[in-house]
Amino acid sequence: MTERAINWFAYASPQTFYPLAGKLIPWFWALAALFGIAGLSIGFLFAPTDAQQGEGYRIIFLHVPASWLSMFIYLVMAFWAGIGLAFNIRLSGMMASALAPTGALFAFLSLWTGALWGKPMWGTWWVWDARLTSELILLFLYIGFIALQAAIDDPRRADKAGAILALVGVVNIPIIYFSVKWWNTLHQGASVSLTRAPSMAAMMLWGMLLCALACWMYSIAVALMRVRTIMLERERHTDWVRALLDDKA
Amino acid sequence: MLSLLRAVIGRDLRLAMRRQADIVAAVFFFIIVVSLFPLGVGPEPEQLRRMAPGVLWVAALLATMLSLPRLFADDHRDGTLEQLALAPQPLALIVLGKVIAHWLVAGVPLVVLAPVLGVQFDLSSDALTVLTVSLLIGTPALSGIGAIGAALTLGVRGGGVLLSLLVLPLYIPVLIFGAGAVDATVSGLGPQAHLSLLGALALGGVFFAPWPTAAALRVALE
Repeated sequence: MTERAINWFAYASPQTFYPLAGKLIPWFWALAALFGIAGLSIGFLFAPTDAQQGEGYRIIFLHVPASWLSMFIYLVMAFWAGIGLAFNIRLSGMMASALAPTGALFAFLSLWTGALWGKPMWGTWWVWDARLTSELILLFLYIGFIALQAAIDDPRRADKAGAILALVGVVNIPIIYFSVKWWNTLHQGASVSLTRAPSMAAMMLWGMLLCALACWMYSIAVALMRVRTIMLERERHTDWVRALLDDKA
Repeated sequence: MLSLLRAVIGRDLRLAMRRQADIVAAVFFFIIVVSLFPLGVGPEPEQLRRMAPGVLWVAALLATMLSLPRLFADDHRDGTLEQLALAPQPLALIVLGKVIAHWLVAGVPLVVLAPVLGVQFDLSSDALTVLTVSLLIGTPALSGIGAIGAALTLGVRGGGVLLSLLVLPLYIPVLIFGAGAVDATVSGLGPQAHLSLLGALALGGVFFAPWPTAAALRVALE
């Protein structure tokens, strides 16, 4: 077994993952800041003004990454939850509960920035468009997950119950998405269309991608910080946490 | 297998019959919620006719929510659930039996009452028929999906409110196609597409929901 450079399973234990996460966090913060500065400066300084939407379109540099991340984080969360349920790994459950608040934050940001954009562009804060509605439901699913975990005192039970809920949610997301989509199209044609100008200027696209990367790195950094706190809280009776705290004190 | 299913359904029905007040309360909740809407939005028949499918369906969702916590709570309290989990037959099958019993007790009364309440909203006879059929097809899905939430919140602080938080978002497709079927009839499009999708949801829900429910019950019993 000496052939293997890194034994990945070693990091499934909170004791070894805690210092690793501590080392990684500054790097992800640095990357987030770097991508964020690059993306925002492209977005605000270099990207051309949109022909139809004027300067107001610049909110997409936050809006689109937030929407992507909100959906992506739910998948990652369900992935960790599923791993935790299948292999009974404590760390996976902790990762899932560490990711949920960030996902909920991005879902909320996506709705909020969408509303801010919608007011000048569509003349309304909210329309019952399929995408808006499914994003709202995604926020509900996040809140349900967080609330369920918060209501259960025993952390292992909370992890497992949350994992089942997250997996049921993942199976349901496509069903909900399509039902909402058909509901809308069967009802009436959308009075406003979300489809933007067909060809987006390359500069805009780059700004958006860099901002998405920044949000991504931020999510990883924050999730790692949160998982470190969760680890300390749940493992407070173990020797390694005591030794760690004694060192710091 | 079938005899077990029959036994579980029979037992749950007998228990429900001995405590009829619970069933009656949920049914009256349904009636009251539906009757509140005309008082809230005004008695114009045109408006009521347009609102009726949505109002009746939302009220049906809420009435189902009301009876869901009892699906496992009583059995959990007196230890029956642990005995059922120890049985050699799969727990998912027992859950299926309980879901069917829940539907018979909580879903069927709503289906029976819906046409009467629909008359209050001045629905045409076609729309009334479709409303009843859509509820008949859709309510099993409500019981099935709801069982997952009931199992997850078993013995949890503030379980009732939490249950609605977990389950109502998952009910959205059923609501959309159920109310949509009636809407489509009223607007002359024909309800077949909606009813087929609703049937798919119901079959999928009742078939697949017992597994996560059984898993959640085992977590709760640990």
